[in-house]
Amino acid sequence: MMSDRVAIVGAGMSKFGELWDKSLIDITLEAGMYSIFDSGVSGSEIDGLVVGNMSAGRFTGQEHLGAMAVDMGGLGSIPSYSVEAGCASGGAAVRQAYMAIKSGEHDVVLVLGCEKMSDVSQTEAMNTISVAGDWENEGMFGATFPALYAFMARRHMMEYGTTEEHLAKVTVKNHANAAHNQWAQFQRPVPLEVVMRSGLIADPIRVLHSSPVTDGAAGLVLCREDLAKKYTDTPVYVESSEQSSDTLALHNRKSITQMDAVIRSTRSSLKEAKLTINDIDVFELHDSFTIGEIILTEDVGIAKKGEGGKALDEGITEIGGKFPVNTSGGLKARGHPVGATGVAQIVELVLQLRGDAEKRQVDGAEKAMAVNIGGTGATSIVHILGR
Amino acid sequence: MVAAGIAGYGVYVPRYRIKTSEIASVWGEDGEKLAKGLGVFEKSVPGPDEDVATISVEAARNAIKRGNVNPLDIGAVYVGSESHPYAVKPTGTIVAEAVGCSHDITCADYEFACKAGTAAIQTCMGLVKSGMVKLGLAIGSDTAQGRPGDALEYSAAAGGAAYVIGSENLLATIEETYSFTSDTPDFWRREGEDFPSHGARFTGEPAYFRHVGAGAAGLLKKTGTTIDDYDYFVFHMPNGKFPVAMGRQIGVPKEKLEDSLVVRRIGNTYSGSAMIGLARVLDIAKPGSRIFVVSYGSGAGSDAFSITVEDAIEERRGQVPTVDDYIERKTYVNYSVYAKYRRKIKALS
Amino acid sequence: MAEQGVAQVWRRIRSVYNIQGNKCETCGTYYFPPRPVCPTCRRKGKLVEHQFKGLGKVYSFAVVRQAPENFKRQLPYVIAEIELDEGARLTGQIVNVDPEDVEIGMRVRACFRKIKEYGSSGLIVYGYKFEPTMKVTGHK
Repeated sequence: MMSDRVAIVGAGMSKFGELWDKSLIDITLEAGMYSIFDSGVSGSEIDGLVVGNMSAGRFTGQEHLGAMAVDMGGLGSIPSYSVEAGCASGGAAVRQAYMAIKSGEHDVVLVLGCEKMSDVSQTEAMNTISVAGDWENEGMFGATFPALYAFMARRHMMEYGTTEEHLAKVTVKNHANAAHNQWAQFQRPVPLEVVMRSGLIADPIRVLHSSPVTDGAAGLVLCREDLAKKYTDTPVYVESSEQSSDTLALHNRKSITQMDAVIRSTRSSLKEAKLTINDIDVFELHDSFTIGEIILTEDVGIAKKGEGGKALDEGITEIGGKFPVNTSGGLKARGHPVGATGVAQIVELVLQLRGDAEKRQVDGAEKAMAVNIGGTGATSIVHILGR
Repeated sequence: MVAAGIAGYGVYVPRYRIKTSEIASVWGEDGEKLAKGLGVFEKSVPGPDEDVATISVEAARNAIKRGNVNPLDIGAVYVGSESHPYAVKPTGTIVAEAVGCSHDITCADYEFACKAGTAAIQTCMGLVKSGMVKLGLAIGSDTAQGRPGDALEYSAAAGGAAYVIGSENLLATIEETYSFTSDTPDFWRREGEDFPSHGARFTGEPAYFRHVGAGAAGLLKKTGTTIDDYDYFVFHMPNGKFPVAMGRQIGVPKEKLEDSLVVRRIGNTYSGSAMIGLARVLDIAKPGSRIFVVSYGSGAGSDAFSITVEDAIEERRGQVPTVDDYIERKTYVNYSVYAKYRRKIKALS
Repeated sequence: MAEQGVAQVWRRIRSVYNIQGNKCETCGTYYFPPRPVCPTCRRKGKLVEHQFKGLGKVYSFAVVRQAPENFKRQLPYVIAEIELDEGARLTGQIVNVDPEDVEIGMRVRACFRKIKEYGSSGLIVYGYKFEPTMKVTGHK
């Protein structure tokens, strides 16, 4: 039967980093196990599996991950498949599971976001990431993924006076947060001057403005609202799940200093959840590059357009601030195993809403929002969670 | 038989330059003395993303724009070079697509060392004069390579020129052409070799001077003219000395040769050499002027042309950059960047 | 052959060599590369071939200092989002310029360059790049 709401009863992830001795399936199963144990659900009660992954074929040679995960995880013969939406593959997987349960087709679904990027060389990894953009019309001509975000940064600096210091402040904040996150790839604070002096990748984007190449997996167990209390005392509910699309190529957007897909999907997701932005206590905003976090801060409504930098100056997005963003460390410090990110964002928010985020905890967090982006903004997937 | 001539012309020279003195300092030679001795002070260097196809397209687009011709009227495309990007696969078809030709064309690539482009001009003349095509596109361009440390390294340069040959609205008429050809092995490159080899001093008298001299004499005879009948002279320029010496040999007044000597500032552009020299003269010559051109290609042969500038040339000026605009647009590189661009460093793909 | 087989390159030759796109006569929008469907008008759209002039200005740019294997020889290079005079925007390198001299709003024209080659024995892919408009003696 159709479900009024969908609950998240289990969350878990592998460590994010360069995991040389673990294969893609190793980390995926690890995340699966942690989230299943966390949920109190028994393996035989899971009736569907959705994998979020962008490019296992290019990174490891393997496709058909859905079948592989069910097989290796001993989950019997349940239906399973992989979904892909560039860097929003994880969020897309969560959304698929949500829709499967809401429609009444499934009762308990395991979501696994995963990516294994270090099996190929760094330049090959860069090439592969860049196909989240428009390969034929951007990547092929030499527009690397950082170059596309550099276009946005330069334009944002010209239109709104955002500075290089602002780009660096995001890194400082996210690394400081990740120092309290045992699964993060980087758990050490980084001083502002070090960020500002780091090597240039594509002016004005520097190495320390850019999320790293990472291996990792994250998992969630979703179930029907009426089953949730059977498994846990602290279910977290999906208040809304919304998605919007925009042009694939950055150069076809109306403006490159905002992401219209984000504006649309956050607006509709707040409407669906019957909330305003001021009701949201904690955020995970997709920061593949620090300018991305600045732009998203504006586009979700935390700051006025052009004032994303100002929000950083005023500490609004710090853990103790009015709108804490990326308490986990974000993509920059937690790491960015592409397909896993969207799921890992939700894992962090679940911990926050349960009060289990320890030193990163936002006091009294009741509502949370995750924004997962594909490419340079062609896909935006927003989830609002609540206690 | 209709008249044939130049309906449009254009050149392209890359932006990078390396000074003779810079190359000399790497090999421990006296740069200033060398530059004066060779008559080459700096040469053009193609960027890492340039080759004979890209140079030919830029020159051809200029030629078509200057001539205000419709590329769909072009019936033949020939590209002459000794550094075609592919050993097998014609540069001509790439150029044809990139300038907007139809599929109803004949096309081929030419090789005859530095005179491959002028041979293309002769072929187009024949096709136009016989009525087989309305317009022919003849291009001479090269990204010549010099063996590091060899004398030719100082002069081997990159550039190209394109000529649209037609019979109407001519900017200049080509009254006559004559060629002198023999099997003379002065300079060659075997298949698979990176750099050419040459016969050193043998490339002078028995090669360049014999063929250019004979080409000039043959043209004068065929047209019943003398040196005094011409206002400008253009000879193939392997360096700044040979064409000047050639001029002296046949009694050409120094000032009539000056305007074509682009080699001093851009080096020897091989198949582009005489054609760029001619373009520079066409940039400034008044209608009614007569131009005497003799190209040279090792192996060996010369193509000589007797050209008269027409009135139409004046209204077609200012459409595209001149030879001097390209010569003056420059930025210097040092030997290491030059070696990187010219792929003398093998490690990079 | 890496990402693209011979056919994938060949299909785009005319459009990429000449900056040939299309225009929707119903809404007046120009598209590059040519679109199969006008996104605004969909079935009401009437798309016709359009040869872009190749002139435009810099909308934004970056100086790339870390790049994939087959772009290494060109490092550092300038990559830019160019706004063509007709309104369509595209992405391409800017060449024949020093990176310090590139500015948003700078006037550029399209030129024909090598985009990449598939190793020393593979296909060479040509296409558009941009350069600052240069001096033309005698041009009014």
